[in-house]
Amino acid sequence: MSEVLVLVDHVAGTVKKPTYELLAIARRLGEPSAVFIGGVDAAEAVADAVRGYGAEKVYVIDDSDIVGYLVAPMAEALQQLAAGKDLAAILLPSSAQNKEIAGRLAIKLGSGLITDAVDVAADGTTIQSVFAGSYTVAAQVTTGIPIITVKPNSAAPQEADGAGVVEHVTVTISDAAKAARVEDSRPRAATGRPELTEAAVVVSGGRGTGGDFGPVDALADALGAAVGASRAAVDSGWLSHTFQVGQTGKTVSPQLYMANGISGAIQHRAGMQTSKTIVAVNKDPDAPIFDIVDFGVVGDLHTVLPALTAQISRRKG
Amino acid sequence: MNIVVLVKYVPDVTGERRFASDHTVDRDGVDGLLSELDEYAVEQALQIKEQREDEEITVTALTVGPEDAADALRKALQMGADRAVHVEDEAVAGSDAIATSLVLAEAVKTANGGAVPDLVVAGMASTDGGAGVVPAMLAERLGIPQVTLASQVETSGTQVRIRRDSDAATEVISASMPLVLSVTDQTGEARYPSFKGIMAAKKKPLDTVDLDDIGVDASLVGLGASRTTVTSTTARPPRTVGEIVKDEDGTGAAALAAFLASKKFI
Ligand SMILES: Cc1cc2nc3c(=O)[nH]c(=O)nc-3n(C[C@H](O)[C@H](O)[C@H](O)COP(=O)(O)OP(=O)(O)OC[C@H]3O[C@@H](n4cnc5c(N)ncnc54)[C@H](O)[C@@H]3O)c2cc1C
Ligand SMILES: Nc1ncnc2c1ncn2[C@@H]1O[C@H](COP(=O)(O)O)[C@@H](O)[C@H]1O
Repeated sequence: MSEVLVLVDHVAGTVKKPTYELLAIARRLGEPSAVFIGGVDAAEAVADAVRGYGAEKVYVIDDSDIVGYLVAPMAEALQQLAAGKDLAAILLPSSAQNKEIAGRLAIKLGSGLITDAVDVAADGTTIQSVFAGSYTVAAQVTTGIPIITVKPNSAAPQEADGAGVVEHVTVTISDAAKAARVEDSRPRAATGRPELTEAAVVVSGGRGTGGDFGPVDALADALGAAVGASRAAVDSGWLSHTFQVGQTGKTVSPQLYMANGISGAIQHRAGMQTSKTIVAVNKDPDAPIFDIVDFGVVGDLHTVLPALTAQISRRKG
Repeated sequence: MNIVVLVKYVPDVTGERRFASDHTVDRDGVDGLLSELDEYAVEQALQIKEQREDEEITVTALTVGPEDAADALRKALQMGADRAVHVEDEAVAGSDAIATSLVLAEAVKTANGGAVPDLVVAGMASTDGGAGVVPAMLAERLGIPQVTLASQVETSGTQVRIRRDSDAATEVISASMPLVLSVTDQTGEARYPSFKGIMAAKKKPLDTVDLDDIGVDASLVGLGASRTTVTSTTARPPRTVGEIVKDEDGTGAAALAAFLASKKFI
């Protein structure tokens, strides 16, 4: 069986859930190998983690020549790793950065590229959701090694015993690839909540919060949810851009999405329309968000949300 | 200094968007416009020109697209771009991002007298389903650095420094020209064309070129050269509207709690 490379999604060596989702998909396509680009110190821990999800090999690429630059060195490293291997596919978790890596890699390898897949079948057929979630597209790569970026939540992680044989790979990064430099990086403070794109429940607030996200935050915590926002809320400076859901923010596809004080503009819907269940609270009965809800409450979020949060706490009680 | 701004002509997001029988985006009889996200690119290019008023700077708007795509260039000229180049060739129809980046790479050079321009400015993504990969691919093809997804842009001399708000961190990224820069909608409102701008645009040069002019072999682009094939496009059934209740004296929260409980969310 041909190998399938899976780029490990991690923060400082702590493996993140999309990695396991991609390993599950990789097992449909061939023999999964995890590719860890990071600090060598973390290699053993990473190998232990991915072995439990079926990784047969774990390629470790020391990132000391890669961190601090943009995507070009990552693309070079993956190109050198792929050289001479019989690969069935290369899978990367979909993120802005990984899509750019995939784009450069596709040109280097002469490969076809599919981005933002929400599913990949055993024959390599990918499913994508386009036009603000109003169309589903099935596609296949026809040239070269298929390079596919896959959105979070596209598959359930599956535990499986993999050999997880660690192989250290040395790559040479060109000076040209290091031309764009990260001069300064201030990590975002942890919210203590699930990550927006990975959360099973997302509670969002818009302009209708009037800037008071207290009721939204409290409900999110009662549900163990991530907090999201409309662009109007972000543009008003109430939350940082990382919370924005929509065309120019995050795309989320949780089990439950709750839109509070959000009108439901097409650009917002583009980021949440594929959620399994959608609920909205809005003062205006004619708000377009109500066209796509499974359940809606016409009312003031400042009274409805605290009452709901209280009921949830009581039920848990 | 020469700046080339990449603008795409896309179907209006607020209109109905659909696929043609060959699974390409249906552009016939669909209202199109300059992609809103590329307006931010034009704006940033113009701001750089304005900030560096002592220098001679030419801003060229460039599009690859069908005949109507000239509309996108006109809008860019009205906003203040100095000249425009339209790559129009039937062979380009149906190109994927990889082929589009090839056409753009050659067109960018042709539009700049054969040389790589100092700065290529792009939007963060095409609003018609683009993945935000073209700028990185273009940088790869031109062999120059990319500084992408800027929420703030600063230039001084040949240095470009941007702020980027990524998921994990806020970063400051820098590189020297020539480079490809892409900007997000966080860079600040794009200007509206003024009456004066609209009148002036009529006199600005808008050149139309084809694949021969930019030296791209037609067999390398278009639907036939695509490295991916779309096997089906399916309209998602519209969501069926669920129950909508009016909150009266707390009934809304109770009804919502009951709904969430019925779905096992609480
Ligand atoms: C290129 C482009 C990209 C964009 N990208 C995005 C994107 O990624 N994400 C995004 O969200 N938007 C995006 N937008 C903006 C989008 O078009 C809308 O302007 C935005 O989504 C509106 O946010 P909102 O619903 O919070 O505000 P509004 O449209 O002002 O709606 C506020 C809603 O709150 C309700 N409300 C007010 N008070 C209360 C109350 N007390 N209780 C309950 N309800 C109340 C009102 O009835 C109203 O429906 C984009 C726009 C453009 C042009
Ligand atoms: N056909 C095109 N003509 C001109 N510019 C384009 C074209 N396609 C993409 N671009 C540029 O590349 C950016 C990202 O596009 P995409 O990768 O398709 O999301 C856009 O915002 C444009 O600036």
